[in-house]
Amino acid sequence: MSTNTIISLPDQTTARIPKDNFITRENGLLSWLLTGDHKRIAILYLISITFFFFIGGALAGLIRLELLTPQTDLMATDTYNKVFTMHGIIMIFFFLVPSVPATLGNFFIPMMIGAKDLALPKINLLSWYLYMAGGILAVYTMASGGVDTGWTFTTPLSTHYVNTNVLTTGLAVFIAGFSSILTGLNFIVTIHKMRAPGMTWFRLPLFIWAHYAASILMVLATPVVAIAIVLVALERTFGIGVFDPTKGGDPLLFQHLFWFYSHPAVYIMILPGMGVISEVISTFSRKRIFGYTAVAFSSVAIAVFGFFVWAHHMFIMGISNYAVLVFSLLTMLVAVPSAIKIFNWTFTLYKGSITFETPMLYAFGFLGLFTIGGMTGVFLGSSGTDIHLTETYFIVAHFHFVMVGGMLMAFLAGIHFWWPKITGRMYPEKISQFAAVVTFIGFNLTFFPQFILGVLGMPRRYASYPPEFQVLNVFSTAGATILGVGYLMPVLYLIWSLKYGAIAGNNPWQATGLEWQTQSPPLTENFAVMPVMDHEAYDYEWLEQQQQAHKETEAPHAG
Amino acid sequence: MPDNTVTSKGALGAAKNADSADNADILHADHPPYLRHHFNSAEQQADAASFAMWLFLLTEVMFFGGLFTAYLIYRNWYYPAFVAGSHQLNVVWGTTNTFVLIFSSFTMAMGVWCAETRRRKGLVLCLTLTFILGLCFLGIKTIEYREKVEMHHVPGFHYSLQSFLDPASNPEVFKEYHDKPLALDMARHTEIYFSLYFLMTGMHAVHMIIGIGILAFMIFRARAGAYTAGHVTFVENFGLYWHFVDIVWIYLFALLYLISRHQ
Repeated sequence: MSTNTIISLPDQTTARIPKDNFITRENGLLSWLLTGDHKRIAILYLISITFFFFIGGALAGLIRLELLTPQTDLMATDTYNKVFTMHGIIMIFFFLVPSVPATLGNFFIPMMIGAKDLALPKINLLSWYLYMAGGILAVYTMASGGVDTGWTFTTPLSTHYVNTNVLTTGLAVFIAGFSSILTGLNFIVTIHKMRAPGMTWFRLPLFIWAHYAASILMVLATPVVAIAIVLVALERTFGIGVFDPTKGGDPLLFQHLFWFYSHPAVYIMILPGMGVISEVISTFSRKRIFGYTAVAFSSVAIAVFGFFVWAHHMFIMGISNYAVLVFSLLTMLVAVPSAIKIFNWTFTLYKGSITFETPMLYAFGFLGLFTIGGMTGVFLGSSGTDIHLTETYFIVAHFHFVMVGGMLMAFLAGIHFWWPKITGRMYPEKISQFAAVVTFIGFNLTFFPQFILGVLGMPRRYASYPPEFQVLNVFSTAGATILGVGYLMPVLYLIWSLKYGAIAGNNPWQATGLEWQTQSPPLTENFAVMPVMDHEAYDYEWLEQQQQAHKETEAPHAG
Repeated sequence: MPDNTVTSKGALGAAKNADSADNADILHADHPPYLRHHFNSAEQQADAASFAMWLFLLTEVMFFGGLFTAYLIYRNWYYPAFVAGSHQLNVVWGTTNTFVLIFSSFTMAMGVWCAETRRRKGLVLCLTLTFILGLCFLGIKTIEYREKVEMHHVPGFHYSLQSFLDPASNPEVFKEYHDKPLALDMARHTEIYFSLYFLMTGMHAVHMIIGIGILAFMIFRARAGAYTAGHVTFVENFGLYWHFVDIVWIYLFALLYLISRHQ
């Protein structure tokens, strides 16, 4: 690994955290719980999301532990069903969907566009409360017996056959859905109406474009899953018959409504992560993102195409052959904008001055793992191979490569990248580089064997399996253990860094975004004076001139 | 651009050495009391609020869209059952309700106009009328729901197929439409029709109830002159919501009550 670094920290003997910032401006628990400040809400989200991530992670640990042996020896099969269901629900609705948007997006969208806050601060706070209400209800459900339908609430299983807490879980997801809608709505309004003078659409950082695309999906898709859940609840309580074949209803309709949200939802999860990767790759290769416009529009294209591929989740569920053909083709189309992104990031690296700080290591992890995840998605989008591979571990591996390998890597990249801005202190570089490598190794060891298991035909959602699959499952469980360590380390050293980390200064990465041109941690109103954008995004020449001018004006004070 | 914007050569230099107390003074300098600090001007604030409301209505369209999709599919599959089901609805009450709602939209629009032209009494009157018309709508809806309960047309609660297997058993409806008896299989699908009827009108009624609640709050505030001092965003946005709920009803009325009227 190169010893080159772009980190430039202020002189540690004289540097100090600015006395007035958004953390110190007001004190007391209520000043946090009733805040309208997007940065404080982002921190509330960060804490709660981490909490739910570790609950979901613990459930994943239980799943892997059960699968260590071919027999069902750790828990009863019913319990196993509940464990993987709750793992899915918590990880998807309470971690992945809000992860980057509600934390990093909340914190940095206003700062990147030069605004003082999101357009609707009270709505922003409301969305956190809704998220918490949903999350607590989900955890309560888990404690009071759980639910075992799988995270997809498939009818008629969920409406007629299980006796577990479908209703409270559905309500939890419904409430969390509103939180997501309000977040997306707030972002769209903010990006449209709150940009600083000179901040045109094509000067926006790609992080903003990615969030804009994801917000469109949140606003348009989430209401549909809300109504689908309402229908499941009414079907279950009153037997209204809309999904009941004995009354002429069609369970497939539920699948359509559910996946109309839940397929775009995977783009809600991944697009903000892609935004993070754009920022990180540009900063650590000291280059403007190659093909800025293409990357910006590919985000929007993913959002648009994302609405027309939902039925590829239903190839084996009795939709017509023509529908399969069309949806298969449309699914292939989504690969195009995704590939545009991957290629453009790679071209950005070409002849860049690359350094290997932690965020960049995670970004490299993202590039590799997301590419594998995306390519295996093409296998599943082709109906022929899908019929063999669906409902096997191949699909489990596929979406974990995209979601954990892609999204979680991007989330960690973003957290490390912006940690100095959020807290004013650096994380410890060496140990975090080590953690990034551990995460990468652990991840591959966990999920790569699952591709092989899937091709060999091991079905998902079973607590037991034929003994010949054991070796690969042991690999997977061992990998999960390493991955767990990899995730635990950042929590510990990031908390450590709150007190002992080096003072970061305004712009430790010498990045170009507006958020780096103010103090760390920022003021409550973000900027002392409203910024005016007079250059393109990722303009490193502009930055150099600024720093030169800055040195010249600072010189007399230093003397 | 807004008058409290301070331009600078570049953000980097400008953001340095911030003194937040001075900054707060700049922010407080002459602006209307309702202007929130993170906005630069009242126009920006009003723009943002109305844009947010339109987006919210878009989510509502998607929310109802799920139900309309279900309606579309099942109506195509079970058309005779849908026709027979719709004949059991009370078109007179439905039409009355449509006019009640359209009139309430008119009073609401007048209310927005009163707020914009700062007529406090006019605003209170219009909001109160809208409130009363909203309650009328719900009252009539309750009468209709009660008829359905009496006829055993509520899915999941002792649902009865008698009106569809033997239309003559309900002479009032039979006199008007002369429906032929449905085969048992198709008659059973009327339950889907009534499920959708209750779901769609029920969801609509929930939106009405929320709207009426907000109206009550607004009347209370309007009497104190809250919306007639130049800050009308809330009234305008509520107006948008109310009109949206109206438009949904107009579609529901056509789709649920008037299925076979074009024949």
